[in-house]
Amino acid sequence: MTSAERKEAISAYVFITPFLLAMIFMTGGPVLAAFGLSFCKWDILTPIQFVGLDNYKEMFFNDPRFWKALYNTAYFTFLSVPIGMVLSIMVAMLMNQKVKGIALYRTVYYLPSVLGTGVAVAVLWKWIFNADSGLLNYMISICTGIPMSECPKWLASEAWSKPALVIMSFWGVGGGMIIYLAGLQGIPTALYEAAEIDGANRWQQFWTVTLPGLSPVIFFQLIITIVNSFQIFNQVYVMTDGLGGPADSTLVMVLYIYQKAFKYYQMGYASALSWVLFIVIMLATWLQFQYSKWVYYEGELRK
Amino acid sequence: MADQIMNSVSSPDGFWASKRRIEKFTKIFTTVVLSVGAVTMILPVIWMLSTSFKSPTEVFAVPPIWIPSPLHFENYPKAWTISGMYASEGITFTTYTINTLIISVLSCLGVTSSSSLVAFAFARLRFPGRGPLFILCLATMMIPTQVTMIPTFILFKTIGWYDTYFPLIIPAFLGGGAYNIFLMRQFFMSIPYEMDEAAKIDGCTNFGVFWRILLPLCKPALTTVAVFSFVWNWNDFLNPLIYLDTNSKKTLALGLTNFVSLYGQDYHLLMAASLLIVIPLVVMFLLGQRYFIQGIATTGLK
Repeated sequence: MTSAERKEAISAYVFITPFLLAMIFMTGGPVLAAFGLSFCKWDILTPIQFVGLDNYKEMFFNDPRFWKALYNTAYFTFLSVPIGMVLSIMVAMLMNQKVKGIALYRTVYYLPSVLGTGVAVAVLWKWIFNADSGLLNYMISICTGIPMSECPKWLASEAWSKPALVIMSFWGVGGGMIIYLAGLQGIPTALYEAAEIDGANRWQQFWTVTLPGLSPVIFFQLIITIVNSFQIFNQVYVMTDGLGGPADSTLVMVLYIYQKAFKYYQMGYASALSWVLFIVIMLATWLQFQYSKWVYYEGELRK
Repeated sequence: MADQIMNSVSSPDGFWASKRRIEKFTKIFTTVVLSVGAVTMILPVIWMLSTSFKSPTEVFAVPPIWIPSPLHFENYPKAWTISGMYASEGITFTTYTINTLIISVLSCLGVTSSSSLVAFAFARLRFPGRGPLFILCLATMMIPTQVTMIPTFILFKTIGWYDTYFPLIIPAFLGGGAYNIFLMRQFFMSIPYEMDEAAKIDGCTNFGVFWRILLPLCKPALTTVAVFSFVWNWNDFLNPLIYLDTNSKKTLALGLTNFVSLYGQDYHLLMAASLLIVIPLVVMFLLGQRYFIQGIATTGLK
């Protein structure tokens, strides 16, 4: 190593020191510590106690709320992610047409996703979902003629509370849209021209040019949105006063972890729950990489 | 008649006319669908605005009154000052706003400065272990914050940071999160390396290259990171919830949640308070939009 190279390496390590500290103290260390804690019983006040696999045994065989939370989280993810994805791709494709006022449309669709999962947005939606005088049931009764008293009770109903969370998530489709829009604009127009000369109609062009060209972006988005939706918390906490009701129908994993750790001070059990959530997320990500043959990378052809 | 139709289809003129007609139809169709969608997206905001000016009785009227008369402007100061059970302690939304601003601004500074420094090292400097460390960085994006939450909480509690702003601010200065490092790195990579070399020949240090050459070129990416981290901290709920205990130290998100649990049915006041909380974010978005749409486009693609 020459002295110039050594100098460069040393300044690089200085630059990344904060990152290394974070890796040790905020990520790596805590992940391992949580793993260790998951085999213990600890309420912070009394001494920590090793209990082996008890937490996991309790969770899997003796805790219906854990299964309920896992089911609710999966329900939300499997409904909100695919539908949200199709919606945001559709909006992005429409927006990619050259129509007037595109900047205005882009702002209007994108803004709600920037406001995101904040408490203020959750409060707004709690009001929209109000069964007797909320906006949603009013719109439903206008469009379908069903009287408002017969519309779903949304957050007050065990059957409709999860669909309500899914509907609320669609207000954020703009976040995906903006990324798909960038992806669409990156597809060379020459490919469309070639397809047109070959006699491909719009529908065929979508399947043979647009979708393959967009697939790396779709793949990236799929992984990120699934990871995020497994971690849904704010909306549920605010709209159900931290309870996950009615009848645990909106009890999601993170809310359950929060309750166990900071309401009941069962730090060991909560750590075990968080590790299960971690494994579920890793498994979902790993599966997506396993079945990622559909993703088309333009660069591969040039190898 | 039939001849005429045949003619118009088969002649080149007719072909182009029909193609133009299809294009025109597509354009109209697109505009209609986009407009309907845009109205749907904006309706909740109008509903919020409308509710915030209503009297308590107008709130629950069916069908809803879209434009209340008179407009109850007093809802805003009322919502701002009563803020739940802590009003007796003199705590209003002003307290919460100051607290939230302190946390958001400092975190924002931390995230932008440290993520760009780390990203610069990953994008521009050669050092042993660069590849594996960067992959490690990307891998941390997959780790849900809840896994680290409990041990981190215990760590901060042990060193006496419970009920202070340190747990909410200091982590921002430690790399600023994998996603931001990734975004900044992608942006640095898109700047030609010749810029660095020219500067180095002129005697610039590595930090000089970063500070004088690359950072000024990275305004779109920096704005993106800054706006998103500000919004994230402004909205953050879980961290203040577990770390802050004293009422006078709480943030807007916690204040509003408390407001909801106490005045759950006073939607006119809740909407007024929510709107006031959201307005700074909307302003930031409109100001920074031009930059960060470009910033996201860079990462989303490569």
